[in-house]
Amino acid sequence: MKKRLVLFIPLVLFLVMGVFLYKGLFLNPQNLDSALEGKPIPAFQLERLEDRGDLITNESLKGHVSLLNVWATWCPSCKYEHPYLMRLARQNILPIYGINYRDERAMAIRELNRQGDPYTANIFDHDGRLGLDLGVYGAPESYLVDHNGIIRYRYAGPIDQRVWNETLFPMIEELQAAAKLDGAS
Amino acid sequence: MNKLIFKFVGMILLSMTLISSAFATPVDTYEFKSVENQKRALELAHSLRCPQCQNQNLIDSNSPVAQDLRLEVYEMVDAGKDDEEVIEFMTSRYGEFVLYKPRMEAKTYVLWLGPVALLLFGLLIGFFFIRKQRISEVDEQELSAEEQKELDKLLKRDDK
Repeated sequence: MKKRLVLFIPLVLFLVMGVFLYKGLFLNPQNLDSALEGKPIPAFQLERLEDRGDLITNESLKGHVSLLNVWATWCPSCKYEHPYLMRLARQNILPIYGINYRDERAMAIRELNRQGDPYTANIFDHDGRLGLDLGVYGAPESYLVDHNGIIRYRYAGPIDQRVWNETLFPMIEELQAAAKLDGAS
Repeated sequence: MNKLIFKFVGMILLSMTLISSAFATPVDTYEFKSVENQKRALELAHSLRCPQCQNQNLIDSNSPVAQDLRLEVYEMVDAGKDDEEVIEFMTSRYGEFVLYKPRMEAKTYVLWLGPVALLLFGLLIGFFFIRKQRISEVDEQELSAEEQKELDKLLKRDDK
């Protein structure tokens, strides 16, 4: 009887591998873990999109939970995402910082004037250096940053109601509660 | 006749160069300090995956991200950084994913050792079956000597 069971080992192995590989078919290859989760925002010092004289640094982002949103005028998915960001901005849940990524300043400003500006401030990352340090590989991408300036989550792709409800908002509530405990605003 | 062949060959060569230039990978005008640096930088860039296009390495891809990363690799090599430092720079931003050849660590053991384990398992099964077969062959041979005579006797007795 035992010998008979041994004969089933290849079948079992085949099934295990089959299940494993079948599951792999439905993984989204764009859903990569960010290497920066749990690490501080990379150090940077960049001009504000609207004001050359005003410098924003990684220190400016400390003290509150914030959302960093990488966007550009050349990116169609960012246009798709834009109305939802406007809605979020009106709800005043947390500051949304824009990283204007590899874009033309005049074009970006014009776009915001026309479509509305959901951003607390826009960081002008013309040569994409901050994007490179953040591990950005396309736009839009959004980073959830806690009050200590640590990146907690990266979401690649346009934010919509579902992503917000299921993933981002619960995490934001948690981070904001932790920030309150620490005595930050 | 000969002229015609020459023309024909010439046309093929011309179309081949046109086709190959159309499919050429992006060439950067980066000037390396030395030929060794260039060789090492190109090898490194070949072994790193473009995070955006995913199925291309940094050299083959012409996405803006790949171009930036490629130049970054070139500059780091020219600045005297060793391979480990360049790989660290890439993985600290884009994760282990950018390595075409994953590092040997706890979560990649299945990847590295899985095929070896399967091969060993297969060999073991093969060995097991062959040995079993041999033993049964030997069993048959052993029967042929005195036992066969006895068996024949018994069989004859049964006939009667």
